[in-house]
Amino acid sequence: MKLQAGLLAVVLAGSLAACGSGGGAGDADAAAKAHGPITIWYSNNAEEVAWGKQMVAAWNAEHADQKITAQEIPTGKSSEEVIGAAITAGNAPCLIFNTSPASVSQFQKQGGLVPLDASYIEERSGDVAQQYKSPDGKYYQLPWKSNPVMIFYNKKIFAKAGITDPKLQTYDEFLAASRKIVASKAAKFAIYPAPSNEFFQSWFDFYPLFAAETGGKQLVADGKATFASDEGKKVAQFWRTMYADKLASQEKYTGDAFVDGTAAMAVVGPWAIATYKGKVDWGVVPVPTSSGKPASEVHTFSDAKNVAMYSACKNRGTAWDVLKFATSKDQDGKFLAATGQMPLRKDVASVYADYFAKNPDYKLFADQASRTVEVPNVPNSITIWQTFRDAYSKSVIFGQEDVGSALDGAAQKVDQLVKQS
Amino acid sequence: MRRGLIGRILGAHPVGTAFVTPYVIFLAAVFAYPLGFAVYMSFHDYFFAAPGAVVERPFVGFANYVTVLSDPAVRRAFGNVLIFLVINVPLTVVLSLGLANALNAAIRWRTFFRVSYYVPYVTASVAVVGVWLFLFNSNGLVNSVLGPLAPDPSWLVNSGLAMPTVAIYVTWKQLGFFILLYLAALQNVSKDLYEAASMDGAGRWQSFLNVTVPGVRPATTLVVLVATVTGANLFTEPYLLTGGGGPDGASASPVLIMYQRGIEQGHPDVGAAIGVLLVIGVLLLALVERRFVGREES
Repeated sequence: MKLQAGLLAVVLAGSLAACGSGGGAGDADAAAKAHGPITIWYSNNAEEVAWGKQMVAAWNAEHADQKITAQEIPTGKSSEEVIGAAITAGNAPCLIFNTSPASVSQFQKQGGLVPLDASYIEERSGDVAQQYKSPDGKYYQLPWKSNPVMIFYNKKIFAKAGITDPKLQTYDEFLAASRKIVASKAAKFAIYPAPSNEFFQSWFDFYPLFAAETGGKQLVADGKATFASDEGKKVAQFWRTMYADKLASQEKYTGDAFVDGTAAMAVVGPWAIATYKGKVDWGVVPVPTSSGKPASEVHTFSDAKNVAMYSACKNRGTAWDVLKFATSKDQDGKFLAATGQMPLRKDVASVYADYFAKNPDYKLFADQASRTVEVPNVPNSITIWQTFRDAYSKSVIFGQEDVGSALDGAAQKVDQLVKQS
Repeated sequence: MRRGLIGRILGAHPVGTAFVTPYVIFLAAVFAYPLGFAVYMSFHDYFFAAPGAVVERPFVGFANYVTVLSDPAVRRAFGNVLIFLVINVPLTVVLSLGLANALNAAIRWRTFFRVSYYVPYVTASVAVVGVWLFLFNSNGLVNSVLGPLAPDPSWLVNSGLAMPTVAIYVTWKQLGFFILLYLAALQNVSKDLYEAASMDGAGRWQSFLNVTVPGVRPATTLVVLVATVTGANLFTEPYLLTGGGGPDGASASPVLIMYQRGIEQGHPDVGAAIGVLLVIGVLLLALVERRFVGREES
């Protein structure tokens, strides 16, 4: 039945695409200037919903003839699949405040996205915006917010293991602390990144450390895979040791291992702080590097979600105005206050100095936000991440192949994938 | 002459034909057309596009099939599902027939047991998978009981044991449905046959082998075919139990790979080729099974 259902879904989406053909460049030009009501989708976590509702109310109060109808993104296996299906069906909203950068190349290939004004994006985000440019030199996503991932540690577990001043800057220090925690049985595992095979899991184990080790390199640069370098192999070998010495688990965990106290550390972004409130007495440090780079030089994965405008939008003039309104200094401040996530704009720490003075827990993340690395914006992005994950899973997590040869093999495949359009 | 033609089209029982027609239309719309379209996609460089987007989808012959067949992950997934079927189908037949036979007897709490076996089947996989993880993770109940005999790596992260564990889970989850099929079939086995067997001095086991098993053979054929078809479409369980087909693809199924390639990665043409190969594989397997079980029937 599942096969039939899958085929049906695939075919219905295809037939909808066939039925809905029409339109062209003329329509696009007219739509770009058109104003009127629009629809938007935002994420479904409580904090973002609260922010979204006030943003929409604020806009609607001033624009009776250009009202926003907003809703949470419909549930599906992932937002990306829901968005992909909506593009194909031609019923995507004007703006989605939850667009994964990894999916942008695919949505672009589908003809689902509208290029945005580069000058506004670069003015708002500064140099970090460059990572979000598509290969054709245009922006199909507005870099909106990031969750720079760092190492959270449980102070009580560390103290139980006899570590009062955690040193986690180098791989050796990290491994030594991990061994002490596990040997003392203060926690069953030192750290518990998801060991499963989904393409995006590498964003929370390999990739942050790779970004740190390389001083900010993306997984693919200049049309070539970068992860089979000496730095990439060092990172992979570090994680291999964590798994081989049973400091990290190979098994899927259904709860939150950090909150449960099963693991002493976690690799997460500031969104998790609200989750830990009252449950974990935590501290935070940047991800480790082999040589122990100072915190001010450590890069990490951004875990960003962006805003994109979808080609099904008829009133793109209004959509663009809403996009600018929702990402203005004022609204970004409200977003930061409501969610603790970092707006991807220049000098977040100084622009919202008052907020960080009142919420010092978030200050480190604001500093880190200027040194974040995004997923590469290349064709076949998700296939590339899955190819990498398969090799990583086989060699690093399960030790069934030499780490170096697994990364070399995956790099060759990724080089081919980058060349395909 | 005209009446004769209509008569030939509608058959000897026009009312029956009228009743069947909506279902035929339903099948054509939701099964035959999608299947045909999937075959079309598998022979083209096909991807989903927004309405109005100008895209080319050229005919590529067997290129997608070459991609699929030269992909070790796909080959492994087909191998995995064969392992699954070899464990799941016989186990399903033996357990469901045995349990249905027991539940058919006049035992106390019969209704309670019938419902108990049926509950996992009607409960969403997402809800019951936690129970299974509690049983089979490295600190789970099963390993606690086994003690030093527990496998290392544990069940679901062990390349050799992951798929058999998934197969046993699915057998347990679906057992209730197959027990119901057998319970229905058991009502049709004549009591006279049991009495005759008893008169001939047959014990319970001999009655079961010589009366019950042949008596429910049509149901066995159905159970084997249905278990094969549903088993070949395995997706949810490896996705939930082993985090997307781990360890190292040891529990990946063709439908899981089809979902990854077709939906997640935006290559529905490759996904369709996997689907077509799976349909052909299941048809061949079903033909072999039908012939094998059917021959005994005749």
